[in-house]
Amino acid sequence: MELTGAQIVVKSLEDEGVETIFGLPGGTVIPLYDALYDSSIQHVLVRHEQAAAHAADGFSRVGDGVGVCVATSGPGATNLVTGIATAYRDSSPMVAITGQVATDSIGTDAFQEAHMLGISLPVVKHSMQARRADDIPRLIRDAFFIASTGRPGPVVLDLPTNVQKAFGEYRRPVDSGKNGAPSEYPGYCAIREDLTRLDEAAKLIRGAERPVLIAGNGINLSRAFEPLRVFAEGLEMPVAASLLGKGAIRNDHPNFIGMMGMHGGAAANRAITAADLIVAVGARFSDRSIGKSEEFARSARVIHIDIDDAEIHKNVGADVWLIGDAGKVLNTLAEAASGHDSLSRRAWMEKILTMREPAVRDASDAMRPRRILDALDEVTKGEVIVTTEVGQHQMWAAQFHKTLHPRRFVTSGGLGTMGFGIPAAMGAHFARPDLPVVCVAGDGSAMMNIQELDTYARYDMPIKVLLFDNACLGMVRQWQQIFYNERYSNTLFARRPDFVKIAEGMGVTAFSVESPQKIKSAIERAVETPGPVLVHFPIPQSENVFPMVPAGEALSNMIL
Amino acid sequence: MKCTFSVLTQNAPGVLMRVSSLFYRRNHNIESLSVSQTDTVGVSRFTIMIDADEWAHDQVEKQLAKLVEVISVENLTHRGSFIQRCFSLIKVRATMETRPHIFQIADVFRCRVVDMGSDALTLEITGNEGKIRACVEALQAYGIIEMAGSGSVALGRSENVPGYLEQESQATYSHMVRA
Ligand SMILES: Cc1ncc(C[n+]2csc(CCOP(=O)(O)OP(=O)(O)O)c2C)c(N)n1
Repeated sequence: MELTGAQIVVKSLEDEGVETIFGLPGGTVIPLYDALYDSSIQHVLVRHEQAAAHAADGFSRVGDGVGVCVATSGPGATNLVTGIATAYRDSSPMVAITGQVATDSIGTDAFQEAHMLGISLPVVKHSMQARRADDIPRLIRDAFFIASTGRPGPVVLDLPTNVQKAFGEYRRPVDSGKNGAPSEYPGYCAIREDLTRLDEAAKLIRGAERPVLIAGNGINLSRAFEPLRVFAEGLEMPVAASLLGKGAIRNDHPNFIGMMGMHGGAAANRAITAADLIVAVGARFSDRSIGKSEEFARSARVIHIDIDDAEIHKNVGADVWLIGDAGKVLNTLAEAASGHDSLSRRAWMEKILTMREPAVRDASDAMRPRRILDALDEVTKGEVIVTTEVGQHQMWAAQFHKTLHPRRFVTSGGLGTMGFGIPAAMGAHFARPDLPVVCVAGDGSAMMNIQELDTYARYDMPIKVLLFDNACLGMVRQWQQIFYNERYSNTLFARRPDFVKIAEGMGVTAFSVESPQKIKSAIERAVETPGPVLVHFPIPQSENVFPMVPAGEALSNMIL
Repeated sequence: MKCTFSVLTQNAPGVLMRVSSLFYRRNHNIESLSVSQTDTVGVSRFTIMIDADEWAHDQVEKQLAKLVEVISVENLTHRGSFIQRCFSLIKVRATMETRPHIFQIADVFRCRVVDMGSDALTLEITGNEGKIRACVEALQAYGIIEMAGSGSVALGRSENVPGYLEQESQATYSHMVRA
């Protein structure tokens, strides 16, 4: 069948099962947008390309498909870069399609030419450029395959405008299915499985008296919740989670001991410090999670399970490692490691319960962040997808919101991208339109992609933004307070924008909550109101996130 | 510690950039890199040498293997037995008086004279880094005008083939390598 390159792109996307994509057109992708005009694929027109990338990322994190974003060449493509980097750092699959100037203009500094393959190089899993219309079906198949297999990540597909206009043969690639390596890439190996040390791992687990299992994003990515739950329950293992591992196990599960790391809970950090065995699954031992690496779990042996063998020994040396899909490895290991001493495990669990930070005495009449998050859980009963921006509010959400299901806590961990949460919520909504989506935002981050409220309104997305407004860049302000002698250099805003008016101006229902007594009813009202809603919570500027492990210090060194 | 990797890649546009940018991004210094086509159409071989602690060797090997267009990665240093060669052209000042001395040095290092002018000679030398360094040092006294060199290229040794060839060639110049 003779089609234009642009039509072949659309047809190939349809073949991949793509139903929703996010983007914004421009000169070099007009042919592609023309082809989309006839397609059943829903294109969500955003207000800024960065938002398209975050939305595609959010879509991938919540749903089962690979998120797709589209931008024109030059500034459109470069606007995607932060979103691509965010996805890369959190191993989120994505296909980013960028326009490019015509092949014979490449290198001439043509209008809106940017070397996207070069610019994006260090933040993609792979990238490719279509040179002929005939190649497109193969390239798109490979892009989705590479993005979604092994350790997932973003793939950039650069589409010169003349290739979109050229005619080509559409042939559905048949030689590689989800299970086979793409034919174009003989060396691509999704998983270099290595379970040779299984018995050693099993022996360590059986003999451990104070084990802690660390659940990372790999559990979410491999959808290994059942294997993790069975493993933890069967072997009576306490489970701590990294920020991105949140939701890997129900946060109200008796074995769950909380988040670890810089703003982790005292129980998790102390248990890890006292542990004699760490079993990390799909966790990469990020500096924010482990604190000072030389001090990390000093009395413990480490079993590291990951799909990416380059993570082994990268940040923390492992005594035993297993390479493979988290779910599969956990299933195999659970069987091999049975026969532990139940009595000592229970005693250890009891001990961990005593390690928790003292309950906060909160007699004040302030708009405390925790009250807002507790109310959110009460109102939604936990049946909600939460996305966050980046800062203190992100950490409060991670600490206090109880995530009950996997893949429902969506946050930028590795890159820590302000401006992520509002657009990521759009992707989450389109991935799971059956679930309510709430974005927990700070005023600083919200302003980075506030324009997407307009996109919420145009598509009538029922997303509820809970805006924690401390009129400052709170997380930076906190560091300045604690480590820089309260010298608040460029973190306090001299004026607050009127968020209610901004939201209303974009067609989003909005209201401000003036007293802490009204928090719960405000959230109820937001949830009951159809369409997008922004709830503005002015919170005290002095609120800080605790516990806190100062950067570069041991996890045991918590400011409570 | 120095470490040499032999990397087979698809011969695709941008693959050199992907490989070299990985070292830059991961904070490892490339000591030497060379790339050429192989006997297999569409397949290139990179020979990459780094100087880093052993932890980094393992990291580099695994990170390279993750590049989608990389077909295979071999840590030759780890494997132990491999042949490594560099190639250099050295243009050295040569008067009528010094010429015989330079020819003598060229002979010791098995250089070929590939160009001869009225006051300069250009020598071609092949060998491992140490040999080339020794040769350059020996010629320095006469005045090196300019030189160009390739990165080192390497291949693992075939099994069961005696390594005497390599040993013999080393024997001829090793006494000249200064500490
Ligand atoms: C794009 C980007 N720029 C800067 C930062 C550095 N940064 C981290 S947290 C933070 C403050 C965030 O402020 P806000 O969104 O209001 O959240 P709060 O900490 O006040 O809850 C800043 C500036 C970042 N993470 N991302």
